[in-house]
Formats: sequence, structure tokens, C-alpha cells
Amino acid sequence: MVMTGNYASAYGAKLARAEVIAAYPITPQTSIVEKLAEFVATGELKAKFIPVESEHSAMAACIAAQTAGARTYTATSSHGLTLMHEVLMWASGARLPIVMTNVSRAMAPPWSVWVDHMDSIAQRDTGWLQFFCQSNQEVLDTIIMAYKVCESAGVMLPAMIIEDAFILSHTSEPVDVPEQQLVDSFLPAYSPDLKIEVGKAYGFGSLVKPDQYMEFRYKAMLAMKEAHDRILRVEQEFKHVFGREHGGLLERYRCEDAETVLVTAGSVAGTAKDVVDALRATGQRVGLARIRAFRPFPHDEIRSLASKLEGIAVLDRSYTFGAAGAMFTEVKASVYSCQRRPVMKNYIAGLGGRDITPKILERIFEDIQVIAKRGAEDEVEWVDVAGLPRRWR
Amino acid sequence: MGKTTIPEDEFTYPGSTGCPGCGANLVMRYLLKGLGERTIVSIPACCWAVMPGYWPSNCLKVPLLYTAFEATGAAISGLRAALDVKGVNDVTVVGFAGDGGTVDIGLQALSGAAERRTDAIYVMYDNEAYMNTGIQRSGSTPWGAWTTTTPVGSSHGFKHETKKDIMAIMQAHRIPYAATVSPAFPEDFIKKVEKAKSIKGLRFIHALSPCPPGWRTNPSLSVEIARLAVDTRVFPLYEIEDGKVRITRKGKGLPLVEYLKVQGRFQHLTEQEISEMQKGVDDSWIMLLLKESSGT
Repeated sequence: MVMTGNYASAYGAKLARAEVIAAYPITPQTSIVEKLAEFVATGELKAKFIPVESEHSAMAACIAAQTAGARTYTATSSHGLTLMHEVLMWASGARLPIVMTNVSRAMAPPWSVWVDHMDSIAQRDTGWLQFFCQSNQEVLDTIIMAYKVCESAGVMLPAMIIEDAFILSHTSEPVDVPEQQLVDSFLPAYSPDLKIEVGKAYGFGSLVKPDQYMEFRYKAMLAMKEAHDRILRVEQEFKHVFGREHGGLLERYRCEDAETVLVTAGSVAGTAKDVVDALRATGQRVGLARIRAFRPFPHDEIRSLASKLEGIAVLDRSYTFGAAGAMFTEVKASVYSCQRRPVMKNYIAGLGGRDITPKILERIFEDIQVIAKRGAEDEVEWVDVAGLPRRWR
Repeated sequence: MGKTTIPEDEFTYPGSTGCPGCGANLVMRYLLKGLGERTIVSIPACCWAVMPGYWPSNCLKVPLLYTAFEATGAAISGLRAALDVKGVNDVTVVGFAGDGGTVDIGLQALSGAAERRTDAIYVMYDNEAYMNTGIQRSGSTPWGAWTTTTPVGSSHGFKHETKKDIMAIMQAHRIPYAATVSPAFPEDFIKKVEKAKSIKGLRFIHALSPCPPGWRTNPSLSVEIARLAVDTRVFPLYEIEDGKVRITRKGKGLPLVEYLKVQGRFQHLTEQEISEMQKGVDDSWIMLLLKESSGT
């Protein structure tokens, strides 16, 4: 089928047989929940759809439903995601494998409905697995895989599937929609060891003392570690059943003999792969590493890649004020323990939906190859901003 | 003395960490007597988020789902949806929140749950301030009351805004059933809970919940004070079924001052201020009688 990223999300949730869906509309997420409401209304999906009055309530309702043993799904974007912040922490703290699509969109003010990753990055520390997708196929496939990863006994954490606003959410691509039977064989029904039910007078989320709290957090930390291996294993199983894979936690594209590599996440990676091909054709030893899982972060993968490189350019589609791009600081932290460290530079681009063109990516590759030899002057550079050097335009 | 109609079954174990004389203990106790064991309760931040005891203890014989302060209306919606999808239809879902968690920070989620006709019972135990955090004023604190954020000073003492009328707010949502209950009248209380249990949709229970530390009262007088609230008509007992108001206990019509004088939080009030308060209570009572007689 030819479909948008948003329909890929809706079909993903349907194929995963989500049982309770609670959602609130926000641009550009709306067509996900419209489609799911339609699936529920026509009986194609046997689920309860709760048209809640806010995103905070959407997540709170999913938390309650998941605690009662139902597989839940929701979708949001931008201000909706940040309104959920409190209950995102609740979901992971309660160890509930909720799966959610976030259509990543810039934060206001000034208002923008277009893509950047600030909303998603701001939820980095909520204890959710975060998957940045490059294509609509990956959106659908990752939703199905995420349920399997998250519902495994050693993980039991929620996952956020991130689609770039409009670039994926509203752009149609061919998407292979797998047979329901095949998905059912891959993803069994949700059946948690513990759920809220009458006859068992447990308190879910009770008060704990200082001598108890840290153990809960420690176990969540171990679960996130387990998620790293589980993502890889589940993707291999997925490949075996469906014949596709998307690159584990860090997709490496033409990195084998590369001297410099661009690290980025989301839809821009598709453009970057074309640019790598073009530059390779002129003899430049460049590659692309796409951060697919931002949480858990692919530290080991980054380290083993970096130790062979001369230069790493990290392209962030968001900015952590007072520091640098979040992906850059994380990649840099991973690289620190390498025996031989490449030169690194952070490029901030594409905020609020500004296009990141092949030309811009070519110039980033050009820049990183030059400074890989002579060292970086500025560690962070904002790309294609009015009033700054015209070389990007 | 005749035998009471209060069920003998208890669904609360000893061990609640509530303060001596806590009205909310009695509210939970009578609520569960009316509902029975096939009940799941969701509790946001409030005194009762602490009162069941530290993990892994629970002083109640029903399962509890703790939720965020503003999220009770959403939590009961999620619980009901999950039970529905699993085909469980003999369990009562309850949201149990304080006044701040209901009329202030939780009002949006409650309004949503009511508008969606969520099949659940929402109980607001009203101790008339943020008591778990240490007596800060809420939208449900009555005019004239001292709290730590409405201190009594030389220029501007006590709370100068009137209490939100949550029953009218809920009535405006056209829910099938709403009732006020008091721990001083357990038979009336449990009868209303049993009626609420038999109805589908969002049912609302407003329970007055005397709070000795917050109201500056003698812990041994909590039931007495709850009774005075009804007898002075500051907290009338009534129900609204399908939009029709019915007063279930008219009370003795005692002067309001009888209720105020036993509470430290009202000690600063002048005679004139008390007579203004009395007028407010009288007006509300007349309005309630009119609503009852007009059938709305």
C-alpha cells in the first residue's frame, strides 16, 4: 500500500492489536487517531477508543488501562508530548510497556507545526525507549517490534516511535503491510505477570521510603540495559519473519572503510544516504551512522565505529540551550573512552521544519573532512541561519 | 436501640496512617461498606495516597491504582476501558480524590470523564483545603476560613473567596447521579453509595471530611462537627438523580455559629462576618429547597 507515516502508525497499532487507545488531537498527529477511531468504529480493530480531553489524560488513561492488563497505544506531538511529561515518567516508573507515536514537531513560541526533535529530546530522561524513524515502513515495523521488545519480562518499559512532522507524517510512500496472521505469530497477546484485579489488594504506585526507592530505579536501569540486547534480538526475529530490518540501534551506511561519518537521526538520514553515495562516487571515504534508538543509547556501537574514524559530524535537529545538540553530547560522551578519538563537530540544522538540503549535507561533509585534518575551530555551528556565513545557502 | 442498616463487613484493615479523628478514614470505610470487595480504587496525590501505608502494605481490602494529582478522571476512564475490553463487567471502578485534586487541578479530567459518561464512581472527600501538604487553601475552602496560605493578618485575613459549588458543576454535566454524604450519617451515606453502584455512567459523591489538624478541631469531635455541618445546613445532605434534586436530611436548622465556634480555623471571624456567612448559608438553603420543589 501507499501510505503516509501517520497511516503507517495507525496500521502498526492495528496489526499489534492495541486494545485501548486514548488520544487527543494535535497537528500533525491527527490522521493517526482518526484512522484508528475509524478502525474501531468499523470493528476492524476490537479496541476501546477513549477520546480524552488532553494529552495528559491520554497517557494517564493508557497507564491505568495497561495496569489492568490491556495493550495500549496513543499518539501525540510537540506540545502534547511535553504536556504528558509528568505521566511519561509515571508510565516508565510503573514499568508499563505502552507504545506511542510522537510526530516530532518544533515547540512554540514562535508557533511552528513543522519538524524538529526538541519535543522528543526533551523527554530523553523519562525512561522511555525512543526510536527515530527514517521511513514510513520503519514506523509501522518499529511499532510492532517495540511491543515485543517492551513487553518482554526483562524490559517492561514504554516506547516512543518518532516520526518527523510532515516529512514522514504526511508524505506517502509504499509500505508493505504484513498479514495479520504473520504479526500474530510474531507478537503474542499481552499477558503481564501482574495486573490490577479484584481479589488481589495490591497498591500500584504506593509510597516507598528512602531505603526502598533506589532499588526500583536500579531495576529500571537494568531493564533499559536489557532493552539494548532485546532490540537487536527482536529485530533479527522480525527479519526472519518479515524479511526486513532497519539497522538495530545504530544503522551504519557505508561506514566500513569511512574516514569521516555523519551521525544523525530521523528522515534526514534518507537524504544523507544519497549524499554519501554521490560523494563516494567522487572517491570520498564518507559514511552515515543513523541513531535509530536514542534510548537506550548505542554507546558501544558508537565507540566501535568512532575508533576507526578521523572525523565525526553530528547533525542535531534540536538544541539544548546552554550546551549543544543532545545527540552530539551523547556521541561525544561515548567517544571519550576510545583510545584514538576522532575530531568532532556539531551542526544544528533543520529547526522548525527548515529543509536540510543535499547541498547543506555536502557542505557538512566537506567541512568535517577539512577539520578532521586541521582540528575544529568551533565545536557547535548553526547551519543555514540568516545573518551567519552564507556558505550554507 | 434499633439495629442499624450499616453492613457489618469491613474492607479496611487497621493500620491507616491517617491522623486521629480523620474524616477521610470514615469516608473510605463507609464507601467500601457500600461497594463491597469487587471494587478497584484509583487515588491521586492526596491524604489517601499516603494513608494506605508504605509499600508493600495496603490497609484496604481492594486494589489501588495511584495516579498523578490531576489524573483521576483519566485513570478511571482507562481502568473502565480495560475492564470492558477484557469483558469484566461486575467490578466497580472508583476515583477517590481530595477537594484540591477534584475542584482545582483535577477538574479538567473529571469533566472529561463525566462528559464521556465513564462508567465509574468519583468520590471527592472534602476536607476543604490542601491538607496533605499542610493546610493550603483550595477552591473548596469556604469563605472565612484560615489556612496557611490565607493567614489571618491585620490587613487581609482569612479566605475571601467563596467555595466552588462542585455539585452544581457536576449537575451541569448532566450526570445520572450525584449526592452529598457525611460520615455523621452513615446509613444515609451507604444508601447513596449503594444507589450509585446500581447506576451506569459517571456518578459523583461529595463527602464532607472533617480534618482536625486543618480545621483546628478536637479529634474526638469529628463526627459531631460533621453532624453540625448538616444541622446548620452549611453542608446539606441531598442527591441529584437524573437532574432531580432530593434533600435526604433537612437538619435542625441550627445557627451557623454552632458549627463555626468549635473550629479554630474560624475563630478570628467577627459577629458581622459570621452573620454574613449565615446569610450565605440561608440563601443556599433556600435555593436548594427551590431546586427540590421545582424538580431541577
